[in-house]
Amino acid sequence: MSSRETVLGRVRRALADVPRGERPDEAPVGRDYLRVHGERSPGETVRLLREHLTDYRARVHHCSPASLPETVAELLARQGSRSVVTPAGVPGAWLPQDLEHVADSPALTPHDLDAVGSVVTGCAVAVAETGTLVLDASRDQGRRSITLVPDHHVCVVRVPDQVVGSVPQALERLDPARPQTWISGPSATSDIELNRVEGVHGPRTLDVVLVGEESSMF
Amino acid sequence: MSVTYLGMPPFPQAAQDSTRDTRLRGNLRHATHTIRDKRAGAVAELTDWAALRTAGAQIKDRTLRHLDTYLEQLEAAVTAAGGTVHWAVDAAEANEIVTRLVRETGEREVVKVKSMATQEIGLNEALEDAGIAAYETDLAELIVQLGDDRPSHILVPAIHRNRGEIRDIFAERMGRWGRPAPDGLGDSPAQLAEAARLHLREKFLNAKVGISGANFMVAESGTLVVVESEGNGRMCLTLPETLISVVGIEKVVPTWQDLEVFLQLLPRSSTAERMNPYTSTWTGSADGDGPRSFHLVLLDNGRTDTLADQVGRQTLRCIRCSACLNVCPVYERAGGHAYGSPYPGPIGAILTPQLDSVETGLDASLPYASSLCGACYEVCPVAIDIPEVLVHLRERVVQGGTVTVRGQRTTVRPAKGHAAERAAMRAASWTFDHPRALRAGERLASRARRLVPNRLPGPGSAWTDTRDTPRVPPESFRDWWRRTRTPAGAAGKSGGESVRQEGRPETPGGRDRQEGSDEQP
Repeated sequence: MSSRETVLGRVRRALADVPRGERPDEAPVGRDYLRVHGERSPGETVRLLREHLTDYRARVHHCSPASLPETVAELLARQGSRSVVTPAGVPGAWLPQDLEHVADSPALTPHDLDAVGSVVTGCAVAVAETGTLVLDASRDQGRRSITLVPDHHVCVVRVPDQVVGSVPQALERLDPARPQTWISGPSATSDIELNRVEGVHGPRTLDVVLVGEESSMF
Repeated sequence: MSVTYLGMPPFPQAAQDSTRDTRLRGNLRHATHTIRDKRAGAVAELTDWAALRTAGAQIKDRTLRHLDTYLEQLEAAVTAAGGTVHWAVDAAEANEIVTRLVRETGEREVVKVKSMATQEIGLNEALEDAGIAAYETDLAELIVQLGDDRPSHILVPAIHRNRGEIRDIFAERMGRWGRPAPDGLGDSPAQLAEAARLHLREKFLNAKVGISGANFMVAESGTLVVVESEGNGRMCLTLPETLISVVGIEKVVPTWQDLEVFLQLLPRSSTAERMNPYTSTWTGSADGDGPRSFHLVLLDNGRTDTLADQVGRQTLRCIRCSACLNVCPVYERAGGHAYGSPYPGPIGAILTPQLDSVETGLDASLPYASSLCGACYEVCPVAIDIPEVLVHLRERVVQGGTVTVRGQRTTVRPAKGHAAERAAMRAASWTFDHPRALRAGERLASRARRLVPNRLPGPGSAWTDTRDTPRVPPESFRDWWRRTRTPAGAAGKSGGESVRQEGRPETPGGRDRQEGSDEQP
């Protein structure tokens, strides 16, 4: 007998008390928890996102679509990066011309990425209640490793369209078949005396740019 | 194969040493109290916590009741997405599978994400025997590995170490494994985290094989989920060419939507955060993004035996958040090592003896490593009634009974050393069935109360070694009741009527209301 059959056989014998013919959905699951905690206008949801991102030491900025290139340039300059990697879906117009551009490609090795200063991406969805950005490897987000190895991540969030209130609302928008990274603040650890310290293996600086008209923030 | 560490003494013996270690107790007290308060705050933010907790328990119960269905569904989905699924009956088989898979890549080094399942099966040791070096990359696991130590907490394996000790371990040992610690390393958590970053960077960038566990596996889509903080998980899950995940069969959840419950329950219970810094999800292998080759090893190792026990089954709901450790008065004082397995604290006290197919002295002692205060049940995000399972396991220790061992129904005999307890319980049971004998016994005890020693002789000393003998009251409750509350006894006493009114046992509310306030799934 294969191990597969052994394990499945043991499972079935262990469940002798479950009535034959019971369907999985006959085992009750109450879904009376909230879809979102509290009622907020889109502007209030964006403000909550901003507050919660800041709580976990992400640096949050806000600008209009027209001034996005200027904001990105400022953030890259502040970091002192001389090179930036971007996925195919990030328009070249977002980036300043005075530093080296590296295009995301499966040919890039981890060592190549380690030599790059910053990464600029979009996101799939942002969650206000938890201060979370979700990347799902779409064209403006790229492969998972480009937002991991460089020490500085600039993530652009279109507000209010890309912002949801809660975790249940975020999952509804996402496709499990796509590889995802949920990011809540820069890399951190609580391993030393259970105190949170920012900055371990992932990017130590996370700049979040909320892009939208002034009205979308209030 | 035993889940416990070889040669571990029974809990009381191990705890006797650890409770005398004042530095350990100081470290644990500081850490557990810090996290306790933070957790309470994070949980209070969600007004529907009780409903989430109930849903979490119910989703897990649904999964467990139909585990065969969900495992087959998961296997099909992972395979369809380009992954390869392996089944391991026990630790030895899981270790063989992983060793073979690593050998097939031709590599001699692997990077690891912190994983309870691989800790449980002793994978690092098995790989070492096969000449393969496994590098732990979680900061706390790194501290444990460099210090040649054992983990003492599910979430923070090095919780027993303070910053000064960690500094010394890094300064002294990092050089033996790779890049040494920077000169003049200080003991601030930020400096220590930076040292770990530098030390592990080259390992991540060169790694060809990554090994992980998983927090959740979604049956309908074949998606695996790893929840972490530092980014070492992301490194191991995305940079290598081959990824091997070893996951207990109980980690499956039916649907993608079910994650909406667990991604709210887990971070707040675990690190007391609204959300942990990084969560990775992947389904099979993706073109050009992450490992080309993905293997999932589904691990039984005693889980189906636990499933067969209808009281113990709820233990398999556990999502390894460690909230029960952080509130446990016994864990706080005894420390994680005394539990003798990778699973310490209240959850370890019920999980280890059930996973273990070999009855050891440690297993028989673990169900007693609790005061049954119930704090663990209260904080458990999936409502595992740990005290209920503890009492159930104690019953098995004292009386023996039928259990499932490696899939076979087996009758176990009572554990040694509980003969006096059994005799006392039999005597008590007889006495409570015979009111006259009970009354005579109570009156005799009351008259002789001054003669009862503080420490009992003979087998009774096992009880009084760590406790005072209870004081015998001058009058038994039944005599007191008869004297003050019954018409015969209370006749002639003023106010007898009102006393009787107040003391009516069927007073509405009271006990009933208290029991009803416990949220039950």
